[in-house]
Amino acid sequence: MSRPSTSLFSAALVGPALLGAAAKLDPRAMIRNPVMFVVEVVAALTTVLFLRDLIAGGSDLLFSGQIILWLWFTLLFANFAEALAEGRGKAQAESLRRTRTEMTAKRLTGANRSYETVPGTSLKVGDLVLVEAGDLIPSDGEVVAGVASVNEAAITGESAPVIRESGGDRSAVTGGTQVLSDEITVRITAAAGSTFVDRMIALVEGASRQKTPNEIALNILLAGLTLVFVFAVASIPSFASYAGGSIPVVVLVALFVTLIPTTIGALLSAIGIAGMDRLVRFNVLAMSGRAVEAAGDVDTLLLDKTGTITLGNRQATEFRPIRGIGEKDLADAAQLASLADETPEGRSIVVLAKEKYGIRARDMGGLNATFVPFTAQTRMSGVDLQGSSIRKGAVEAVIASLTEQPAAARGQGAGLAVLEREPAAAAEVRAIAEDIAKGGGTPLAVARDGRLLGVVYLKDIVKGGIRERFAELRRMGIRTVMITGDNPMTAAAIAAEAGVDDFLAQATPEDKLALIRREQAEGKLVAMCGDGTNDAPALAQADVGVAMNTGTVAAREAGNMVDLDSDPTKLIEIVGIGKQLLMTRGALTTFSIANDVAKYFAIIPAMFLALYPQLQALNVMGLASPQSAILSAIIFNALIIIALIPLALKGVAYRPVGAASLLRRNLLIYGLGGMIVPFIGIKAIDLAVSALHLA
Amino acid sequence: MTLNGWIQIALFCVVVLALVKPLGFYMTRVFTGERTFLSPVLAPIERGLYRAAGLDERQEQTWLGYAGALVLFHVFGFVLLYAILRLQTLLPLNPAGQGEVAPDLAFNTSTSFLTNTNWQSYGGETTLSYLSQMLGLTHQNFLSAASGIAVAVAMIRGFGRASTRTLGSFWVDLTRATLYLLLPLCVIYTLFLVWQGIPQTLGASVDATTLEGATQTIALGPVASQVAIKMLGTNGGGFFNANAAHPFENPTALANFVQMVTIFAIGAGLTNVFGRMVGDERQGWAILAAMGVLFLAGVAVTYWAEAQGSSVLNGLGLTGGNMEGKETRFGIAASALFAVITTAASCGAVNAMHDSFTALGGLVPLINMQLGEVIVGGVGAGLYGMLIFVLIAIFVAGLMVGRTPEYLGKKIEAKEVKMAMLGILCLPLMMLGFTAVATVLPAGLAGPANAGPHGFSEILYAYTSAAANNGSAFGGLTANTLFYNTTLAIAMLVGRFFVKIPALAIAGSLAAKKTLPASAGTFPTHGGLFVGLLVGVVLIIGGLTFFPSLALGPVVEHLAGSAGQTFGTGG
Repeated sequence: MSRPSTSLFSAALVGPALLGAAAKLDPRAMIRNPVMFVVEVVAALTTVLFLRDLIAGGSDLLFSGQIILWLWFTLLFANFAEALAEGRGKAQAESLRRTRTEMTAKRLTGANRSYETVPGTSLKVGDLVLVEAGDLIPSDGEVVAGVASVNEAAITGESAPVIRESGGDRSAVTGGTQVLSDEITVRITAAAGSTFVDRMIALVEGASRQKTPNEIALNILLAGLTLVFVFAVASIPSFASYAGGSIPVVVLVALFVTLIPTTIGALLSAIGIAGMDRLVRFNVLAMSGRAVEAAGDVDTLLLDKTGTITLGNRQATEFRPIRGIGEKDLADAAQLASLADETPEGRSIVVLAKEKYGIRARDMGGLNATFVPFTAQTRMSGVDLQGSSIRKGAVEAVIASLTEQPAAARGQGAGLAVLEREPAAAAEVRAIAEDIAKGGGTPLAVARDGRLLGVVYLKDIVKGGIRERFAELRRMGIRTVMITGDNPMTAAAIAAEAGVDDFLAQATPEDKLALIRREQAEGKLVAMCGDGTNDAPALAQADVGVAMNTGTVAAREAGNMVDLDSDPTKLIEIVGIGKQLLMTRGALTTFSIANDVAKYFAIIPAMFLALYPQLQALNVMGLASPQSAILSAIIFNALIIIALIPLALKGVAYRPVGAASLLRRNLLIYGLGGMIVPFIGIKAIDLAVSALHLA
Repeated sequence: MTLNGWIQIALFCVVVLALVKPLGFYMTRVFTGERTFLSPVLAPIERGLYRAAGLDERQEQTWLGYAGALVLFHVFGFVLLYAILRLQTLLPLNPAGQGEVAPDLAFNTSTSFLTNTNWQSYGGETTLSYLSQMLGLTHQNFLSAASGIAVAVAMIRGFGRASTRTLGSFWVDLTRATLYLLLPLCVIYTLFLVWQGIPQTLGASVDATTLEGATQTIALGPVASQVAIKMLGTNGGGFFNANAAHPFENPTALANFVQMVTIFAIGAGLTNVFGRMVGDERQGWAILAAMGVLFLAGVAVTYWAEAQGSSVLNGLGLTGGNMEGKETRFGIAASALFAVITTAASCGAVNAMHDSFTALGGLVPLINMQLGEVIVGGVGAGLYGMLIFVLIAIFVAGLMVGRTPEYLGKKIEAKEVKMAMLGILCLPLMMLGFTAVATVLPAGLAGPANAGPHGFSEILYAYTSAAANNGSAFGGLTANTLFYNTTLAIAMLVGRFFVKIPALAIAGSLAAKKTLPASAGTFPTHGGLFVGLLVGVVLIIGGLTFFPSLALGPVVEHLAGSAGQTFGTGG
């Protein structure tokens, strides 16, 4: 997607965010955030008291005025963080929204391709529309007839067109994408306002954001801490009166606001929005924040072998003839059988034959050959030419075809001899095949005129660097399971080569579902990706189900994330983003709480100095005066929010190391750092405040 | 500070640590219903009790059922004890002819003993009959301790079990804790104390003629049996007003040492039960280690402060440690150690007057209680209190490893956080709230014996001790008034049940969850990192709450004292 690469504080974002910050002061909006709502209440209260003093004439008005000003700044900074996070999402949403403008649809009214032109917004689920070359697809839907190349750059950013056709796993189309060639009939599956793009816009703008489970729990913790500090501060006036004095309300409010976890309270929703935003930048669309959070918790990752662990296609790497057959003869037969085979495997055989034996491609027409395509029943393909027939395919299928019809392609007289010879040949082919399978390859038997020639070694090529990624996942505590249709022997070999922890061989959709249920019964969270309709039940069952954008509508509906790039390896990044989201929240909470130590040392001596001058000993920072100490603390409390916005939006750096070292590192930075930083910060602000004679 | 002092402290730690495993092993067997070496004798009695009560011991309870049984049990216990105290003139075993106990004092005392606080607004030997002491108080000493242990065991089951709704049976846990644990230990312990010289008699007090010819009444009674359970059950309510400073309650150095050990024994052993029942003893050791770190820090500060002595006296040339309010028999080290132990655990027995400690020396007991008495703590209460802190620590830190926080394979979610916060919130509400009320109301201001920050500390200490169910008194506060009796009783009730019930709710919620297998992504909770984290969270959450009140009490007193300023008497 050609999204604007927004820097954190670009002018285009900051302006609207500032306006948004002011608008968000509305208490009805603030109440969603208990900590900041409390700040707003006390800010309003002190403002009223200040105005009364202003009219009635009170002392220290400059000081109270400044405190109150910073209280409001604290609120504005918090809102600014949220508005900025939303603004970044909005900037992305804008480019999406452009695709939705003024679309018309050709709604089919009956048979014979008769249609009426209606606005895209009036389409209902189940309508059939015709989309011709050059038309925009009016809404999300499923291709029910035809095949077409579609430009999906509007949502994926990928300019190469993709094929969409009825039936099969590539039948889903997205509203706003453009048909480049041919025409298709699309059944609408999403009404206006609830399409893919609509949901995406709503999510990145933060409009439909709901609190996630961890966020709810964290909010309870923060509200609880706020209450603790209500008790701590509310009891001070009577303590002071016991000591024979009184504390101004504005000072109590300043202490209270600096103690309650405003830093994390202010940034909490920004962190959530930014997490969603990071996913979208990765071209992954999560249907809910809950899914993103669950991604961080994933224990088991189910990965399809093909396309994820291995390169999509197997490649021929060797010809292995049986005894008495020349390698070149086998290569020649295999090449002939593959000439018309458009599959990548077939191509690779032709390439290998040429590379190894210089066998050139021959013209099928000239040879008077007819191609016998692969079917699921025969599990073979091949070619018939000049009375001779060549077959290649699954080993057992090829052997079975020979015993079934021994005389069909042979002379009657030779039949007996052939039959006597074949069991030995079959045994040899089976031996070779087993050997290949053990090595992780796929054997392809080749037979010519009823005689077995040998086996082509098709090898799965494991993607470069994937082994390291799995090692990384293991360090993160995530178990990887490879899903494949291969037989157990082949699967084991590839699993070993790729370094996955486990594999599921000869997997049917039911096996997949059963595996997920088994893992979940152990309390584990499972993530998987899939694209086909038969993946839908497993996608729905998995805690994190990533549907490929190229997949079927059923798969997309079943998953809770959609990967617009249809890249299954992205699952690994998604997990990282989920973890980062949780880590950022934890880090800033720790930081926020740790900050309180320094704030106490700033405010408590200042507050009680008039009552007990001895408490000056607690003024370890050597702050200039009680008023400047209190003011510095509240200024620090407000400014730290701004200072941490980049961290909240970018997220804490995640490293795939064990939990213990991760925690040690983060505790050191955000716990210990959180204790030390405010001592320095408050002192620095105090120097500035007293230099400027503000207090 | 002397080497001898440090050796006493080290010896204490070694003996307690040595007891952890055997006690943990035994208690685990008791609470998992397995046979113990006492079963041949006790099992028939146990079965008989269940049959008499019509109880099916295999019938387990949900957390609500468990909590309901707990509350019901204590309501009846309260009514019984209140009645005994009010009616003691009509009941037997009152050789000294003690009068009836006033309603507010009876309310305070009943609450105090059923909550395992043992705050004593009365002087035992001048107020209570032997029947009140034995049937009323000693009885509650056993049962309040057993109920604390029961809740801890139920909470441990919450962590140890998976996908179940039940936490065990309150009645069975209560019976086993009393029958298999407290009673046998107390029988042996009482005999030991009698050997050491503590009286155990139903005879009336003895009149002695002093050298000056005056007549002195020497109070006696069934002391040893009550002392045994007051220590083992972390009750702390003394038979005599002077508590463990009285020669008849604490006659020898050996008795003093064993009393200190027995305060910690069961609480420390329960951490091992926790480890065993969740299937990894190291988890229990980690929690004990966190408690140990906090404990040693407290001991070091108190011992140091007391050994330094009063700076005002030092200024007058009277150097040496602070011996005011201490028994010369015990000296500074044993007094400081006892003070930290009794407030770290929610015992409240004292062998010296905390009121007379230096400002910093008195600060430590105060903080120990304000942290919620999670440093070993009251029997059972210390463990479930600490586990609540563990949940908070795990929740905040767990997020930092990028997963939904989990502890022992249990996800910590909104419900647990809510209940944990409830358990944590009730303490500052009671401690700070009532102190704030008492420091402005005339009825409250009439209490303290001293003016200035020390008087403030006396009030703060009283409510802190009550809400934390400690029961030790700072001294100096005249607490036997309608105002203090009532407010302290409320603090005790809230401090006990608003921690216990949330703890059970957490246990219920955890038991219903699946137990997740650990992976490299879950951070280990048996290492030094976790111990450090837990200590940090206890100090920060607990410490920050009470910083202002401490600054106005002991801290300012210490600073003023250092500057040579005193505040005189008031109240």
